[in-house]
Amino acid sequence: MTEPIKISTPLTDASVRSLKAGDNVLITGTIYAGRDIVHQRLVELLQQGKPLPFDICGQIIYYVGPAPARPGQVIGPAGPTTSYRMDGYTPQLVERGLKGMIGKGNRSQAVVDAIVKNQAVYFAAIGGAAALIARTIQKAEVIAWPELGPEALQRLEVVDMPVIVINDSNGNDLYAEGQKHYAR
Amino acid sequence: MRELPVQELTEVVKRLCIETNCQPSVDLVRMTEESIQKEKSPAGLSALKQIRENQKIAATEGVAMCQDTGLAVVFVEIGQDVHLAGGDLETAIHEGVRQGYQEGYLRKSVVRDPLRRENTGDNTPAIIHTKIVPGEQVRLTVAPKGGGSENMSTVKMFPPSAGREGIISFVVDWVRQAGANPCPPTIVGVGIGGSFERVAYLAKVSLLREIGVANPDQFYAEMEREILGKINDLGIGPQGFGGSVTSFAVHIEVAPCHIASLPVAVNLNCHVSRHQTVII
Repeated sequence: MTEPIKISTPLTDASVRSLKAGDNVLITGTIYAGRDIVHQRLVELLQQGKPLPFDICGQIIYYVGPAPARPGQVIGPAGPTTSYRMDGYTPQLVERGLKGMIGKGNRSQAVVDAIVKNQAVYFAAIGGAAALIARTIQKAEVIAWPELGPEALQRLEVVDMPVIVINDSNGNDLYAEGQKHYAR
Repeated sequence: MRELPVQELTEVVKRLCIETNCQPSVDLVRMTEESIQKEKSPAGLSALKQIRENQKIAATEGVAMCQDTGLAVVFVEIGQDVHLAGGDLETAIHEGVRQGYQEGYLRKSVVRDPLRRENTGDNTPAIIHTKIVPGEQVRLTVAPKGGGSENMSTVKMFPPSAGREGIISFVVDWVRQAGANPCPPTIVGVGIGGSFERVAYLAKVSLLREIGVANPDQFYAEMEREILGKINDLGIGPQGFGGSVTSFAVHIEVAPCHIASLPVAVNLNCHVSRHQTVII
């Protein structure tokens, strides 16, 4: 297992280009938490020509709906949710400057194409490792749509959050490569 | 006739909701550790180690293993000589779920209406399966089910001619298509027979079995082994990162069916397998 690569947000074209499918990465900095309804609303705002609740350029969205925090905790367990449900919205966000996504599971061809065209990256976090991932989140703040409860848009501060590159900016796909390599 | 206050059921449901979400079961820990010994893929092994570490953190800190603490699926077998007193059964169970998800800091993941999608705020209603059985005991099982693996589930009505081989290729192909989505290593619940609605229930019930315990019928035990072998040859691996541990186990449950039918259901469970049973 190779040493993990440390990156910080916001991401640049250069930092995105340096990442290859299969790389272990530790992310530090600000990321945004949003899933199904948040994506629908972000894209609606774009279509209406209205500003988004945060500047999306160079940012990473983490597909997560955390569990409630216990007293004294920053956030409850916070592992990734399945990404394909965001596929219909992702290309439009990537076109507007979104550089990274963290989730789990396969993306559509349209998302993969948008990643290559716009020099973005799709990471997976370990699905179900929610208590472990929550330890890397140092700060969490709801910045829009609190009525959505666990699905609200949040700004997170993470330190060394462990992820792995699935789809890189050159069109490589760890899911396809991994399966091919280990199929018997 | 035995009288049982429904408040006891509420208490048990509440406790099970919290415990099963936060404490990995003995069989789950064993499967995870055995898989760590088996997995050759570095990325797959790293995923398994993080999964095991997460189980330890959850158990120590008393927090949920997964943020998706599931839709609470509750199985109740009520002895016909039990008289439930002080309220009605379903309200008592929903109340246990409400209290458990509140006090256990578990995520509220239920929307009131499938299309209008407003969160109910307390993870109710639960899905309740009730069965009347002989005797004067109540057997309660709480099995929270996450959305990611539940979405990767299916029912197909085969003609009887599809037979054993048709079912095997259907299940293996389904797991291949699901890929990384259901959070592998998965447990593959397979229902065969019954009717359209019964077969899905069978697949779900198969997930309540201790992980990896074979069907008592040798014919189906052999089929479970064959399907598991084929699935683990797909190369998907832990979390889909590539490897040989795509599923921990295949569990088949069967029931008699119509002469014209061969219903098959696949209900995938993620590696955060959660279910706990108490006999009252």
